Amino acid sequence: MGYLDGFKITIKKWAGTRTDSGRRITLEYPEQVRPKPPRFHGRHVLNRYEDGMEKCIGCELCAGVCPAKCIYVRGKDNDPENPTSPGERFGFVYEINYLRCIHCDLCVEACPTQAITESKLFEFAFTNRADAIYTKAELVVGDDGRPQQLPWENWDGGFDPAQDTSGWMRATSPGGNAEFEGIVAWAGELGYGVRPAEGGQPLEAEQRATRAAAHDDHDDHGGGH
Amino acid sequence: MDPLLTGGIGWAEIGIVLLKVVVAFAALMVGVMLMVWFERKLIADMQNRLGPNRAGPFGLLQTLADGIKLFFKEDLQPERSDPFVFKLAPYLSLVPAFLVFTVIPIAGNFNDGNDGVVTLLGHETLMQVADPQMGILFVLAMSSVAVYGIMLAGWSSGSKYPLLGSVRASAQMVSYEAALGLSVAAVLLFAGTLSTNGIVAEQSGWRWNIWMTLLVPFLVFVVASTAELNRPPFDLVEAEQELVGGFHTEYSSIRFALFFLAEFMNTVTMSAVIVTLFLGGPAGPIPSGAPGWVQDYALPFIYFFGKLVIFLFMYVSFRATLPRFRYDQLMDLGWKFLIPLALGWFLFLTAIKVAGDQGWNPVVAGVGALVVILIGAALLRSSIRASEGAELEDVTAVGADAGGDR
Repeated sequence: MGYLDGFKITIKKWAGTRTDSGRRITLEYPEQVRPKPPRFHGRHVLNRYEDGMEKCIGCELCAGVCPAKCIYVRGKDNDPENPTSPGERFGFVYEINYLRCIHCDLCVEACPTQAITESKLFEFAFTNRADAIYTKAELVVGDDGRPQQLPWENWDGGFDPAQDTSGWMRATSPGGNAEFEGIVAWAGELGYGVRPAEGGQPLEAEQRATRAAAHDDHDDHGGGH
Repeated sequence: MDPLLTGGIGWAEIGIVLLKVVVAFAALMVGVMLMVWFERKLIADMQNRLGPNRAGPFGLLQTLADGIKLFFKEDLQPERSDPFVFKLAPYLSLVPAFLVFTVIPIAGNFNDGNDGVVTLLGHETLMQVADPQMGILFVLAMSSVAVYGIMLAGWSSGSKYPLLGSVRASAQMVSYEAALGLSVAAVLLFAGTLSTNGIVAEQSGWRWNIWMTLLVPFLVFVVASTAELNRPPFDLVEAEQELVGGFHTEYSSIRFALFFLAEFMNTVTMSAVIVTLFLGGPAGPIPSGAPGWVQDYALPFIYFFGKLVIFLFMYVSFRATLPRFRYDQLMDLGWKFLIPLALGWFLFLTAIKVAGDQGWNPVVAGVGALVVILIGAALLRSSIRASEGAELEDVTAVGADAGGDR
């Protein structure tokens, strides 16, 4: 009955989906949103320090490293009386063109002050090209530290994008050195304080453990010789 | 012949015919709309997905929404196309699809010697738009005309993928037409008439052709009709991975919608043809005490519709399950298997039928016919083997000539 086995599978799937709706793998998107992976690369946010100062210092390293040339930054000297950022300069113009951005996260890696990070927001359904260029007014976080909700973004469905605006930094150790894993190397953020580290990558920790176990085994055998 | 048209034809008769045409057209349109929804939902279930569920309750109006969308899209015509034929082709494929449905009896009481005549508005008539004496030949003729729709669409597009698709389509549909016709011949042997009404009437009392012809013509017809409809696993015509959209690559807007409509309409009508030919159409057990409208309309239509849905389900599960045939496999299946099988089975049934009519021993006649068929099958098999061997030799010879890099 080799020819009919295929039909058995489809009929079984059909009956299974009909009786148990939990087997359906698709979600009804605007109402339900699939949880995003911890290091999701979404739209950028410009962070602020806990005292409300902007982190961006207008150094243009992000623009320099961007492979898609989608970031445009112009710095300006801070007003000594009323500074925007702690330090000499601040990001006066900050624009990201999302028709070009490839979400590679290199800007986040290049940033010396953790000013730019990627959130889990993923809705880019603009209807004209001008909307695709996000300006500083749209990118910088609000007074509560949460990203600003743009008119075409849908935050329903138990989805809080603010929870992970800087997932990348909390995941990796500086320089990829395992000794620094879990050690906080970033400043606090407006509304959230100093975010805790993610504590290493579970898969790698597991691999290290098995490798160590194998090593012990090997030593035992070596002792037998 | 429809009893409505045997006497004089007045305004009442014309009115009734027009009414039937309008009702049949509307019913078929709604049926096609539901068929598209049914197919999408069923396939979604088979693939653990949700399927359309936004437009209307359970997504029932999805097809309507798609139709409206297609209607308002820009109608594009390629520069190098043949303008007249390009515009004609969608109608050449839609009109036959509808015309086939006109000869399908969808209701009427066929039990106890009744021949499906119902009384509609005081006139005796049949529950089908037309009952031409050439009945089932008309179905075959129309499905041949539908080939032109696809072929001309591909040719007039002035583009290579549609052309390849339409070449495949015409080869495929013409070859499977033969198998289709030969399996219908087996049915006609038992019905003794070409009229669809007569074929259904002949099957009343559970003498359905599916077992009267011993199943084989039914199976051949199902396979050949799937190929004739260009549905998976025989959808080489559209083969998205190879030919973009096949013959309708260059079509957009309402003209594409017409092709789409014709394709699903063909699926519905072909299922209806199978029901008519092999499963007794609207025949089924009808309690004699029931009121007239139940006997004539309600129950037969329910039986017809139930049988129809079985075949629609079958076509959809084909699509969900079977991978597409390769082109040479398709041709092998058609020419080297289905046509000889249908022909041989026709011979076998004829032998039994003739034996019955002449008073010979049907067992001897049947066995004799089977022996002849088996000898024929063995000859065919050996000739196929021989030709395949010759083909292989040719290929190796050509390969040697070309430096052996084939």
